[in-house]
Amino acid sequence: MSVVRDMLASFAGFFARVGALTRFFLRLLWLTPSGLRRPRLVVEQVYNAGALSLVIIMTSGLFVGMVMGLQGYDLLSRIGSEDSLGIGAALTLLKELGPVVTSLLFAGRAGTSIASEIGLMRATDQLSAMEIMAVDPMRRVVLPRFLGGVISMPLLTAIFVAISLYGVQLIGVQYFGIDQGQFWSEMRGAVEIEDVREGLIKGLVFGLACSLIAVFEGYNAEPTAEGVGRATTRTVVVSSVATLVLDYIVTAILL
Amino acid sequence: MRHSRAIDVSTGLFVLLGLTAIAFLATQISNREFSLGDSSYRVQAQFENVGGLKTGAPVKMAGVTIGRVEDIVYDMKLLKAIVTLRIDRRYDEIPDDSDTSIFTAGLLGGQYIGISPGGSEVYFKDGDQVAFVQDAIVLENLISKYLFNQAEKESAAKAAEATPQPEAQK
Repeated sequence: MSVVRDMLASFAGFFARVGALTRFFLRLLWLTPSGLRRPRLVVEQVYNAGALSLVIIMTSGLFVGMVMGLQGYDLLSRIGSEDSLGIGAALTLLKELGPVVTSLLFAGRAGTSIASEIGLMRATDQLSAMEIMAVDPMRRVVLPRFLGGVISMPLLTAIFVAISLYGVQLIGVQYFGIDQGQFWSEMRGAVEIEDVREGLIKGLVFGLACSLIAVFEGYNAEPTAEGVGRATTRTVVVSSVATLVLDYIVTAILL
Repeated sequence: MRHSRAIDVSTGLFVLLGLTAIAFLATQISNREFSLGDSSYRVQAQFENVGGLKTGAPVKMAGVTIGRVEDIVYDMKLLKAIVTLRIDRRYDEIPDDSDTSIFTAGLLGGQYIGISPGGSEVYFKDGDQVAFVQDAIVLENLISKYLFNQAEKESAAKAAEATPQPEAQK
């Protein structure tokens, strides 16, 4: 009996968490207009979440693209259609790999930093201190970080895809000697503007999810060193799973 | 904040880089050579067989994309496939006796509609029906036709061999 009761309790706990997350999200949306009226705070967070993630995004993008170049060329040369490397790489990167890998990297680089920062503010009573000074920590701390993440993710996705394509080109054209003109023109012939839009929509959706989870976990962290650590870990785990689940949902809707 | 100017500069660089990447993806990677706006008109063509033609396939004249296949439906009364073509307004002087055929790009490529112009002084307008069409070439039909011809030739040759023999016996 107690096993069943435990299971029911953990289910209830899960639902309660989802409910709290939804409430948190709606509150953030409600506050968003007032947050945009203080752009300085948001710009600072775009710097933290976006500009500082640039190095990891660009390095990973280049190597993902180069690996795709090697693997794609090997695969396609077995069926004698190496010239289609551009199409395959561009569509894979734009529609799937770009947004998903960017989102996972974003969760690891920016999500953790947001969660641990807010969690530490909670642990060291900075958030309560703000409340005492009649400063709403939701507006002053949480909202700018959320908006910064949401703004950064689509931009990071686009940068990741562009750099990866450069990597694919580097291997396919420079190393294996696929004709440069054919590589680009076949790609241009097959990729539609809708594919680009799909990638950017995914970037935006993942950005919303990852930023929301990071600020939520940080804000609701237990005010102990252990609690902050747990909140950071949970940010990465939940963000990654959410990214992959949302990826399926968004693909099913847009396809 | 002491570093606020540095933050502004790097944020600005990051945002510009991101927007450049978006612009690059939208213009250099994707197929924007042709986008149909509201300024287009439709003509319909009836085919016995559309082969592997799909909606969204290009409509080309002399190799230049002038429109797209908007819709393919099967008409139960005519027992034919009705293909609706959407053609850009810029190309509004296509003779109405033009020939519309389904071609295949490359050996295994996608199929597209090719229009070869006729000599009429009257042009296609919205809602017109194409008079001259040529169906998709289905590889199986071609092969069976070839095999059938081959078999016919062989049997003809056999018959030719068989007939003179009785004459020789005489």
